[in-house]
Amino acid sequence: MMSEEQIKNLEAQFEARIARDEKIEPKDWMPEKYRKTHIRQMSQHAHSEIVGMLPEGNWITRAPSLRRKVALLAKVQDEAGHGLYLYSATETLGISREEMYEQLHTGKAKYSSIFNYPTITWADMGAIGWLVDGAAIINQVPLCNTSYGPYARAMIRVCKEESFHQRQGFEIMMKLANGTPEQKDMAQDALNRWWWPSLMMLGPTDAESIHTEQSMKWKLKRKSNDDLRQQFIDQTVPQAELIGLTIPDPDLKWNDEKGCYDFGEIDWDEFWQVVKGHGPMNKERMKARVGAWEEGEWVRDAAMAYAEKKQARKQKQAI
Amino acid sequence: MSDKKNWPLWEVFVRSKNGLEHRHCGSLHAADEDMALENARDVYTRRSEGVSIWVVKSKNITASNPENNGEMFEPAHDKVYRHPTFYDLPDEVKHM
Amino acid sequence: MKNENLYNYILGIADNSLILGQRLGELTGHGPSLETDIACTNISLDLFGQVRSYFQYATKIAGDDRTEDDIAMLRKEREYKNVLLVEQPNTNFAYTMARQFLFDVYHLAFLAELQKSTDLTLSAIANKCIKEVSYHERFSSDWIKRLGDGTEESKAKMQEAIDGLWTYTDELFHQTEADKAMVAEGIGVDVTKLKDAYYARVSEILEESTLETPESKWFQKGGKEGIHTEHLGYLLAELQYMQRAYPNMEW
Repeated sequence: MMSEEQIKNLEAQFEARIARDEKIEPKDWMPEKYRKTHIRQMSQHAHSEIVGMLPEGNWITRAPSLRRKVALLAKVQDEAGHGLYLYSATETLGISREEMYEQLHTGKAKYSSIFNYPTITWADMGAIGWLVDGAAIINQVPLCNTSYGPYARAMIRVCKEESFHQRQGFEIMMKLANGTPEQKDMAQDALNRWWWPSLMMLGPTDAESIHTEQSMKWKLKRKSNDDLRQQFIDQTVPQAELIGLTIPDPDLKWNDEKGCYDFGEIDWDEFWQVVKGHGPMNKERMKARVGAWEEGEWVRDAAMAYAEKKQARKQKQAI
Repeated sequence: MSDKKNWPLWEVFVRSKNGLEHRHCGSLHAADEDMALENARDVYTRRSEGVSIWVVKSKNITASNPENNGEMFEPAHDKVYRHPTFYDLPDEVKHM
Repeated sequence: MKNENLYNYILGIADNSLILGQRLGELTGHGPSLETDIACTNISLDLFGQVRSYFQYATKIAGDDRTEDDIAMLRKEREYKNVLLVEQPNTNFAYTMARQFLFDVYHLAFLAELQKSTDLTLSAIANKCIKEVSYHERFSSDWIKRLGDGTEESKAKMQEAIDGLWTYTDELFHQTEADKAMVAEGIGVDVTKLKDAYYARVSEILEESTLETPESKWFQKGGKEGIHTEHLGYLLAELQYMQRAYPNMEW
């Protein structure tokens, strides 16, 4: 057992390493809080990828062309891959994937609330790629430099692969916006429904955000939620204008003095309602995840039983 | 949940092209080595990232302990005579 | 159309990949493990890639303004020529893998022959596809073994799936008039010649998987003539939804 003073000493050295931009690797000593915070954020990130497959997966069988279908399949498959990288990175902190699933399925772990909205038209595939992936990238790029080595490496891989996702979505929107009036309406309707949830996706306002300061120190976060949100709005508004769609915010206007857009009030009651499990699709999403896991159990068990038999046969042959 | 039933963790090493070494690129779960190879192919070489894959069960890796880093790695720091710059050469000898 | 037999022949090949790819696409996000999910989506992507090569060739033969999507999504129920096997639903993972395996063994043998086609485009497509399908066959036969020789439960489920799908295997070797014409021209594959090797290979894997090879000699056919099981209509309803609901638009 270490004395309190020894721990304090180790913690000081640890914080100094991070401040020097050194990476922390799995077997290094780390404060318990660092480990727990990382498990929470990384698993939440992984869960978001996996639950995020569902709203888009909903349109794979109905994609309007073969080209769109393969792009969507590849995108949703990437999300599975990203979930896998992130679960694996989290496992280096001493928690199993099964334990993380358990936390997700019992509601103990959270995932990004945006995926609790329904995808009701094809244009939602465009809006998700453009806005949701756009917001995700803003969140994720700084994490490529986060202090925990396995997380940073996973994020580098994720960001590299994700570069096509947002383009894929924007291209869908652009095609619709330049299409027939019916298609343009479909695009505008999707933008109307996904705009505000996308802004919420960047997290509560700084005044309400509880983890920010510690997370900044550990490079789990490089910018505040409000800064990220501003960055997202400033980059997205001109894109909407370019394809002739209207951002559904009457208060949105360029502020010359500040050099950025002013925007309207976000409905945080709605945000907290969805976070607390009462969004339009929370129950469906969990049902789908739990269903896949439970229905897959006999398959996973069979594969293990077979692996053991095969191993036993091999050993017998060796004798 | 019994631990026995869960698919074990494997580490994946990919050679991106001939002439280069295999590099660790991540991990995954699989019931046996055949499945581990197949999964590694589908997960880590979807974008033509590899020409050869190694998989090894994570539990079979023996790793050094960072607590021993002092005795493990620091003794090499002062062995400057292992590096070419330790040796003086007249300026006339340009490349050696 | 000048070369209607060839056109129909290509659609006959491509529809199998189209319908099977669509079935696998239903599972993305719902697989028994993350790794398996990714693998099945990969197979689906391979199949849709094949479909596009075939249909793009078919549009050239048709020589009018129809597109690959018109062919894929704007035909009537009776105009799809896939075998009944590939349209069967994802009842459970055993059915999904059994369907895959029973098709892959055929598909691999078929492509090996199609590589020898005197039609150079078809032979080139076959040449590319066969690498993908060799992998599919390895993947699905591995899963037949795992589930067949896994637990009591998985064995029962896998046997049930093989028994349930067996009735659709014989159709793979049934020749339509377009097939016969194409074989005569050296373009098409004589599928009747693939039958013995197919059943030998399937039985070999089933035996290794400790499963029984069904003895039933009652088979269903009709898919190649466009007479399908009731399952296809629902699959098409999803596949065609956008093109039907929003006609003549670009996406």
